[in-house]
Amino acid sequence: MTDASSNPGPLSGIRVADFTWAWAGPQGSLLLAMLGAEVIKIESHARLDHSRVHTLTAGSLTGGIDESPVFNDLNLGKQSLTLNLKKSSARDLVKKLVGHCDIVLQNMRPGVLDRMGLGYEDLQKVRPDLIMLSSSAVGATGPERTYTGYAPTFACLSGMVDISGHPDEPPIALSGSVDLRVGTASAFAVLAALIHRKRTGEGQNIDLSSTEVMSSMMGEAFVGYGLNGRVPERTGNRHVTQAPHGCYRCPDDAGDPQWITIAVSTEPEWDALKKVIGDDELERADYSTLKSRLDHQDTLDEVIGRWTAKSPNTEAVNALQAAGVSAAIVHSGKSLASDPHLAERGIYETVEHPLIGSVKVVGPPWKMDGARIPGPAPLIGQHNEHVLTEILGLTGPEIESLVADEVVY
Amino acid sequence: MHQLRHCTPMSKSQETSESQAAATARRAGPLIGLRVLELGEMVAAPYCAKLLGDLGADVIKVEQPGTGDRSRLRGPFPDDLPHSERSALFLYLNTSKRSVTLDLQTATGRGIFERLASDIDILVEDRAPGELSDLGLDYATLADANPGLILTSITPFGQSGPNRSHRSEHLNLYHSAGHASPFQPPSEMPDRAASKAGGYLGEYDAGLMAAVGTLAAVLGRELKGRGQHVDVSKQEAMMGLERVTIGRFANEPNPFSGGGPGGLIETRDGYVIVNTLEPRQWEGLVEAMGRPDWALAEWCQDPLQRRARMEEIQSHLSKWAAKHTRDEIYHLAQKHGTPAGPVRNVKDVMAWNQAREREFFRELVHPEVGAVDYPAGPYRFSVSDWVGTAAPLLGQHNPDVLGGALGYSNEELSRFADQGVI
Repeated sequence: MTDASSNPGPLSGIRVADFTWAWAGPQGSLLLAMLGAEVIKIESHARLDHSRVHTLTAGSLTGGIDESPVFNDLNLGKQSLTLNLKKSSARDLVKKLVGHCDIVLQNMRPGVLDRMGLGYEDLQKVRPDLIMLSSSAVGATGPERTYTGYAPTFACLSGMVDISGHPDEPPIALSGSVDLRVGTASAFAVLAALIHRKRTGEGQNIDLSSTEVMSSMMGEAFVGYGLNGRVPERTGNRHVTQAPHGCYRCPDDAGDPQWITIAVSTEPEWDALKKVIGDDELERADYSTLKSRLDHQDTLDEVIGRWTAKSPNTEAVNALQAAGVSAAIVHSGKSLASDPHLAERGIYETVEHPLIGSVKVVGPPWKMDGARIPGPAPLIGQHNEHVLTEILGLTGPEIESLVADEVVY
Repeated sequence: MHQLRHCTPMSKSQETSESQAAATARRAGPLIGLRVLELGEMVAAPYCAKLLGDLGADVIKVEQPGTGDRSRLRGPFPDDLPHSERSALFLYLNTSKRSVTLDLQTATGRGIFERLASDIDILVEDRAPGELSDLGLDYATLADANPGLILTSITPFGQSGPNRSHRSEHLNLYHSAGHASPFQPPSEMPDRAASKAGGYLGEYDAGLMAAVGTLAAVLGRELKGRGQHVDVSKQEAMMGLERVTIGRFANEPNPFSGGGPGGLIETRDGYVIVNTLEPRQWEGLVEAMGRPDWALAEWCQDPLQRRARMEEIQSHLSKWAAKHTRDEIYHLAQKHGTPAGPVRNVKDVMAWNQAREREFFRELVHPEVGAVDYPAGPYRFSVSDWVGTAAPLLGQHNPDVLGGALGYSNEELSRFADQGVI
């Protein structure tokens, strides 16, 4: 972990009031924290971030609300301030805090914060150049703006699920990674707004649709539909215009199945593949054109599969890459954790969490000056005193009174 | 020379008040004034640069003379006829850019590139590690002439490490990041692995993540008084997007996997996903189904028991869903506060009134393919706007950029063309 004080990060000095919860929203503020921003997560015992308690993939989590490894992973380095937004004096404190913040992030259902008097118009009054981003399932405007969703439902609405999966099976829903794509797009939009503000002094309100994020990441399919009226079909691990192209099984390693991917996209690559595989059957004139290879994919896959069945995955990949063929290991979470390339890249970093202990997490997605894993996620309310005294100037007795009234809760 | 780019005209299916249209037309992109040079092909690096250009940055894309970006020959194409100016992949990923052709294998070509690179904020590139260095165009050299330069390098496995020179298509990338089978590649079907996502999703992931790092570096430049080199490994960018699941494997050998009732359900006319993470969402689903007897049984009120008897519940849900369309279930579930989403295809999404009301699709006019709807950005800014313009023809802006901005004469440009430099 980088020492933040010695290398402040490109977003040093930027302060974020973070109302986000679950996965999508927190990913956005997590990226900002990795880049050096100060992120104050506003949460409450009255309304827990559900990743402190359970997840779609893992069900209920054992341990207390401060022991969730999922919450830790998505909220590294953030500060936690507990404010019970049901209380009007908590909402007043929010407004005071926002006066000291550059950015507000939130992903509650459209209208919820507005009804609390904490919408963009309200907050802009205390911070005229405020940048606020609201992310939601299908956007904050339009006939379905009250609709709610999670990663799988956005992915379905976007068109991405329809084109994902094997052609002879139901489509695949993808995973929580869809949420993190939404958070990443949020970070991008907020940074663009920050650049605009530097140039003009103006903040602004940003309304982000999670569904549209996913549609944007398959834009060529929409443009293609406009060009030729075709609705794309699922191709699994195959490709419409390239062959050979797929996953091939290698010998098991310690009982775990191993696979590699091979993707041939040029004639020289096809020649190289044939050399490495060294099977006469691939040299047949039948396969000399791309069209014939596309037509005979099943046969080609069988021949290649016979070779990979005898070639341990790393050896196979290295032999193919040395010849100039695009090949790689199909990783699982387990194999990633012991991959030598990733070990040398240092992508896994360790954070010390006060309750969970030493936890390995995936490091920042850029190797750049000032990007870092900014420490463990906060315990709930861990930074109440710091924020309320240092930023808002409240006294000890004032804070005690707020706690007693369950305003700070 | 920078031109203020206006938003494209409203789609004719929109009825907006005149004043609203006028206000939109006045809006500029938030990244106006940022100057970007792109040396990239296919998806990841071009997407990174597109994201910047669509928000108003001035993007010059450097392409190989004659052939241009490889994506020009990847479809879909009108009538399935390959044509380098009619590729949907190129057209979508290269909106808001100017195209200049340069052969960097020639000294003249490299010289012109260096001149361009000396006067920009950002260079986005995707050459194999070491290639730019071999061409004398590495970060140190370029930053010497332009200390504020941000160089964003996007490669499959990063600038360092034993796999840094490995070639990778989307298929290789997606599976190398553990996304398709994080828990374990399947062993039951020895001839088939889990499927990757459709399209080029992992490549888009890398481009978007690179854009975040790039904009942060732009902001950071003010603090440090100089630019920097941003090293993006597509594999690592994707791993970051699956950080929760992948992280668990780094800490425990066999993390638990499993969710609550719902998930993908087959309906009368396709699939829908319904999620019931919170108890009240399950209750909403029960309401949506008309409170059937089986759901009112005592065991069904307890989340733990529901989880234990999930197969039974799924069977009931399937029977119910088979009587309804995807859209009926979508709206019914949503009405009762239950997250749901129908599996839609591109045609469905383009006809979706929610997307149309939000002007998510914008019409751009291109000299070869004419007027086509493109997805715009997924963000609505209150002051700024998405200001995308149609993709360039190959080398379309050689006269503007090489002649106009860099001052080469027509005679010089002619000579460069003959020599294959441009």
